[in-house]
Amino acid sequence: MVTLADLKAGESVKIINVKADKDLKQRLGSFGVRKNSIVKVVNHSIAKSTIEIEVATTKIALRAQEAKEIEVEAL
Amino acid sequence: MKQLNIALVGQPNVGKSMLINSISDSRLRVGNFSGVTVEKAEVSFDFHGVSIRIIDLPGTYSLNDYTQDERVTKEFLENEDYDMIINVVDATNLERNLFLTTQLLEFNKKMIVALNMMDEAKKEGMCINEEQLGNILGVPCVKVSAATKQGVGKLVNRIVDFSNFDFEGTKLIYSEVVEEEIRNIVEFLEEKNFDSKLDYRVLALKLLQEDKSTYKKMHDEPIWIELLPIIREALNHLYLHYNTKNIDEIFDEEKAAFAKGAALETLECSTCKSINTTEKVDSVLIHKIFGIPIFLFLMWGLFQLTFEVGSIPMDWIDAFFISLGEYAKTIFGDGALGSLIADGAIAGVGAVVLFLPNIVILFFGIALLETTGYMSRVAFLLDGFFHKFGLHGKSFIPLVTGFGCSVPAYMSARTLKNDKDRLITLFIIGFMSCGAKLPVYVLFAGAFFGPEKAGNVLFAIYIIGAILGLIAAKILKVFVFKGKDEPFVMEMPKYRMPSFKLIWHTVVTKALMYLKKAGTFILAASVLIWFASNYPKNEELIGSFETKIQLAVSDEEKTSLENELKKAKLEASYLGIVGKATEPLFAPLGFDWRMTVALETGLAAKEVVVSTLGVLYALGDEVDEGNGSLMEEIRKNIPFASAVSFIFFVMIYLPCFAASIVFAKESGSYKYLAYLFVFTTSVAWIISFIAYRITLMLL
Repeated sequence: MVTLADLKAGESVKIINVKADKDLKQRLGSFGVRKNSIVKVVNHSIAKSTIEIEVATTKIALRAQEAKEIEVEAL
Repeated sequence: MKQLNIALVGQPNVGKSMLINSISDSRLRVGNFSGVTVEKAEVSFDFHGVSIRIIDLPGTYSLNDYTQDERVTKEFLENEDYDMIINVVDATNLERNLFLTTQLLEFNKKMIVALNMMDEAKKEGMCINEEQLGNILGVPCVKVSAATKQGVGKLVNRIVDFSNFDFEGTKLIYSEVVEEEIRNIVEFLEEKNFDSKLDYRVLALKLLQEDKSTYKKMHDEPIWIELLPIIREALNHLYLHYNTKNIDEIFDEEKAAFAKGAALETLECSTCKSINTTEKVDSVLIHKIFGIPIFLFLMWGLFQLTFEVGSIPMDWIDAFFISLGEYAKTIFGDGALGSLIADGAIAGVGAVVLFLPNIVILFFGIALLETTGYMSRVAFLLDGFFHKFGLHGKSFIPLVTGFGCSVPAYMSARTLKNDKDRLITLFIIGFMSCGAKLPVYVLFAGAFFGPEKAGNVLFAIYIIGAILGLIAAKILKVFVFKGKDEPFVMEMPKYRMPSFKLIWHTVVTKALMYLKKAGTFILAASVLIWFASNYPKNEELIGSFETKIQLAVSDEEKTSLENELKKAKLEASYLGIVGKATEPLFAPLGFDWRMTVALETGLAAKEVVVSTLGVLYALGDEVDEGNGSLMEEIRKNIPFASAVSFIFFVMIYLPCFAASIVFAKESGSYKYLAYLFVFTTSVAWIISFIAYRITLMLL
């Protein structure tokens, strides 16, 4: 399964499942990161430990650890 | 006069504080929400015969229990008494912001949506039909721009107008799937003509959302038996349709869909050129290679500013308190009372006020980094590194602040949501040598390394402290604060020009908070230390010295005798007694009783270490770290290895009394303060011991 952590900067994908626990899921949801949203990977920090993504007009930073919980598919 | 209580709610970075500032020029009152360390700001003013009070609730992305800020906002909205909600919405981020709006609609309170940052939205070619948005949400929408003050007057007018109307209830229309189930339940309630205080629709929604208290109440009603199968069937339909049995998730999805629909219908983009300044700036500031050096450079600049520029007013403040103390002695005399006021109270308060310039400049810098949006970039850059040590990207802010002063550093740890992350950060802030430790370092580095090398030694001291702190964090994470990491999900807001009025306000608030918190405790501690270092009085000893002083021929002899007396008095005081009694504890580190006493007085405040050493080496207490003769005395009296070990001890042990009290407040318990004391003291002891032994071996 391809997750958000596997993408290169500049790639856009559609989220098909957020596996995270309730807290994190709600948190991501309040930023607009939920099933069926389109997200774009904008940037990585050194060693890909932190990932910056863009959902609609919002930019969000998350750890690779959390990005692994978000399953995506190509547009 | 009519009183109107208004709750200001919005997501972070939507310009809430700026809006409250442009609504009224009256001073913001800043305090804490009861029981938690979350800032509460409110403003009161009169408008057209109505007394309006606006409470600025902490920014929150949604009303879950994710962060303490969210909990505070949610609890306020649920339990407190208020007349109206003003929901501040970032017009350039409509869909995401409307998600919170949908949650607010459920409180069924009077609400006005303030579409903020309209100026920015216009620049980006966005056009929002606020009337239509108002129709969809069922609440008035007003376009404003806090930055240009456009529409702010209209908003206040609207608030007063709206408060005179009867409230018709908000409307949040769900998808047809949910609406159908609501209709079924409402129809049934109508048929039965059920007697309910709540609107049928609201009641139906609460039942569908599995609201516990509603179920409890309905359970005792006779119609419950008939109602139950209808609810069960409704829920089953929803489960089937949404492919999940989690009702919260279903309603979250519904609200997200509503927000999306509302944004789609009311937002028109003429050009919709997203202005990419932010991305351009980001391509430099969070560049893989240049990002961190740029950040370090900015930090270096801030520190230069804090300490170089800050030292100018510090000299004035110092001079002011010294003359004030002398003046006090002319009024209250040289006796016990005069000494208590001048040497105890005034000197103690002076020591706190002395650091005000540092704090003001540092907080100015931090506020600047925060309001421009750079702070989250820093967290983005550094999280990978900090996470390795069991810390969080956001730990960086309090840790860096710790180099200035531990008091604000402890205060700024509030940004961390997870208790464990916050506690670890709080525990290691002391390792970041604060400004007050600097005089001790300067004294010892100057005495033992000479002026050429002193700068490098100072730098090394700071770096070693920080590294030890990171190691301590890792140890705490592995052995003490075990458990799940706080997820790192953070908005990277657009870069924005800061509002200097807002920054000024933040700085003033923080400065006052510092003065109030540290001031009261430092005052108490200074009086206590004064007492411990002046009593019990040995009249015989004083008498014998006084005769000697009177007999002294030259002024020089007189001064040296006076200094001898001071030393003898301190030796005989409670402090001296304690110092001598505890000397064996510190003997393995190479400290004599004088260094021990200096360390113990240093618990009150680190700058006291230097003045205590001054007294104990019989130079009088009018010495500072730059004093040549004190450096000379120290070099003569303290072996090199002991000095190294002393520096390490000062580096690690408890910052000061004021900081300790703030720590206890921010960590939530005095129990943690006891842990902190044991933890830092034992680490300091062990490290100093090792440093002492190694230096001895190398010499």
